[in-house]
Amino acid sequence: MPEELIQDSKNTDGDIDTEDLASDKIPSLQQRRILHALETDDVRAHFETTLDNQLVLNMGPQHPATHGVLQLVLSLDGETVVNTIPVLGFLHRGYEKLAENMTFHEFIPHTDRLDYLSPLANNVGYILAVEKLLKIEATPRAQYIRTMCCEMARLTSHLVWMGSMAMDVGALTVFLWTFSEREKILDILDILTGVRFTTTYTRVGGLALDMSDECIARLKEFIDNFIPRLEDCRKLIERNKIFINRCEGVGHITKEDAISLGFTGPNLRATGVERDLRKDEPYLVYPQLDFEVPTLTEGDTLARYYVRIREMYESDKLLKQLLQKLPGGPINTPDAKQVLPDKGEVYTKMEELIHDFMIVNFGNTPEKGAEAYQAIEAAKGELGFYIISDGKGYPFRLKIRSPSFVNLGVLPRLLKGAMISDIVAIIGSLDPVMGEADK
Amino acid sequence: MPELLDTIKEKFTPQNGFDGVSFSEIINNTMMEVPKERILEIARILRDDFKFEQLKDIVSVDRFTKNERFECIYNLYSLEHKYRMFMKVKLDSKNPEVESLFPIWQSANWSEREAYDMMGIKFLNHPDLRRMYMMEEYEYHPLRKDYPLMGLPGAVLLPKK
Repeated sequence: MPEELIQDSKNTDGDIDTEDLASDKIPSLQQRRILHALETDDVRAHFETTLDNQLVLNMGPQHPATHGVLQLVLSLDGETVVNTIPVLGFLHRGYEKLAENMTFHEFIPHTDRLDYLSPLANNVGYILAVEKLLKIEATPRAQYIRTMCCEMARLTSHLVWMGSMAMDVGALTVFLWTFSEREKILDILDILTGVRFTTTYTRVGGLALDMSDECIARLKEFIDNFIPRLEDCRKLIERNKIFINRCEGVGHITKEDAISLGFTGPNLRATGVERDLRKDEPYLVYPQLDFEVPTLTEGDTLARYYVRIREMYESDKLLKQLLQKLPGGPINTPDAKQVLPDKGEVYTKMEELIHDFMIVNFGNTPEKGAEAYQAIEAAKGELGFYIISDGKGYPFRLKIRSPSFVNLGVLPRLLKGAMISDIVAIIGSLDPVMGEADK
Repeated sequence: MPELLDTIKEKFTPQNGFDGVSFSEIINNTMMEVPKERILEIARILRDDFKFEQLKDIVSVDRFTKNERFECIYNLYSLEHKYRMFMKVKLDSKNPEVESLFPIWQSANWSEREAYDMMGIKFLNHPDLRRMYMMEEYEYHPLRKDYPLMGLPGAVLLPKK
């Protein structure tokens, strides 16, 4: 042990007055002594004031409970979180820059990779913004199928969230059950779009494929059996004392803070604000459908859980209505200048070949200087696209308003004063997806 | 909600001391352009008097013109009136700076950090203006129009062996 440290330890072993402890000199000395003890494996070292030091703990980016590559730098006092700094950008792919260098159609596959748990909702949200910019509207059948896509995407996203959040707080079985339900929806998407995950389903003015009768029959069968399955999953955790104790009152946020910090979607509705873009800024065919907006006032993790569970019931209700009302007719708008023609016609007719060539190579051309913002109520909250056009085939600027990004900004406020073991429950209840937050 | 828009237009006239505030239309929404010196004051009026409780997003734009190259478009939403409006402020080409709106809406914190990272717009009196996505030592702002799509070779510092 260095000499000055030995001398210091002699001093502290004897009488040490409180003024010295409070002064700036002692803590640094204390830290040096702790470091020295750690370096020399001195197990006999004894420190009176170790707990006064704040511990800085790094959580992630490779941590299973952060739902992706989220890094949290936590400052801890004992087991209590004093401050949190979320670090983003590990999944940053620069989509806004990429979008400026490709046509509107070429960007659709990239929207799949934003919120990769509900790619269909991203496809629909993006294409609605582009159609608003181009001032065209899809046919009724396409609108109905798109609305169905949004609700199926909400179900898949909420099912993954339910399983992973239950897993975060220690209930493993639910994860397997909800994933087997999600697998059934993915099978339906396989028939509908041709793939399970990266759907790339929408097109400007229409859809890539029509909904087949087999798909409708499978969807009907799924919806009829879904609610009993969901009840089974709920029984596993909702009457479980451990689950309730770990969620109730944890991660509480007041209504005012939630509004000011920019919460949207289920997280905002859990604080007692009844706002849903499906009702407030109606898009697609939502005005013709009958559904409720589940709202709770508690503002804690358990409230966020119940809001999402009730949303699943509403989605089920909506899908039933949509299947009943689904009209016939074409899925693509007859606008030859902006909408991709049918492939069969491209190979046989001159006019269609020219239009196909122009749209694929030079892109859709909105009015010069046109600006449009379209937001949809995605599973996580408000997903919006702000597009500025300069009259060329590429967007001049495309800004993605991703709900997960804004929701994660609330995390430092939610984690303040929470325990270490509550961190995973709070992150789980926010339902962040890093593909969307990092863009 | 056209009535709300009319009252906003009546409030921000030169007679009431608001010079340089103008209104324009984008598709299905209204854009309000404000002078950057008075943005904090106008934002406070919008929040308190017209109940725009939420700042949903900040869109930073690089127009790539000689004067007033940069723009910030604030996406405001009123939960009470269920109404959305956009607020635009034009910024210098050389030295884009604007007052931070963090005192009005707390969600401006991360949105402004993102705009600073991607477009290099400085927000004065921001509590914690660090880069959002890129690493701290990165020198460029990737969403500017003069930044190449393929990136710049050597811009990312790699750890030494």
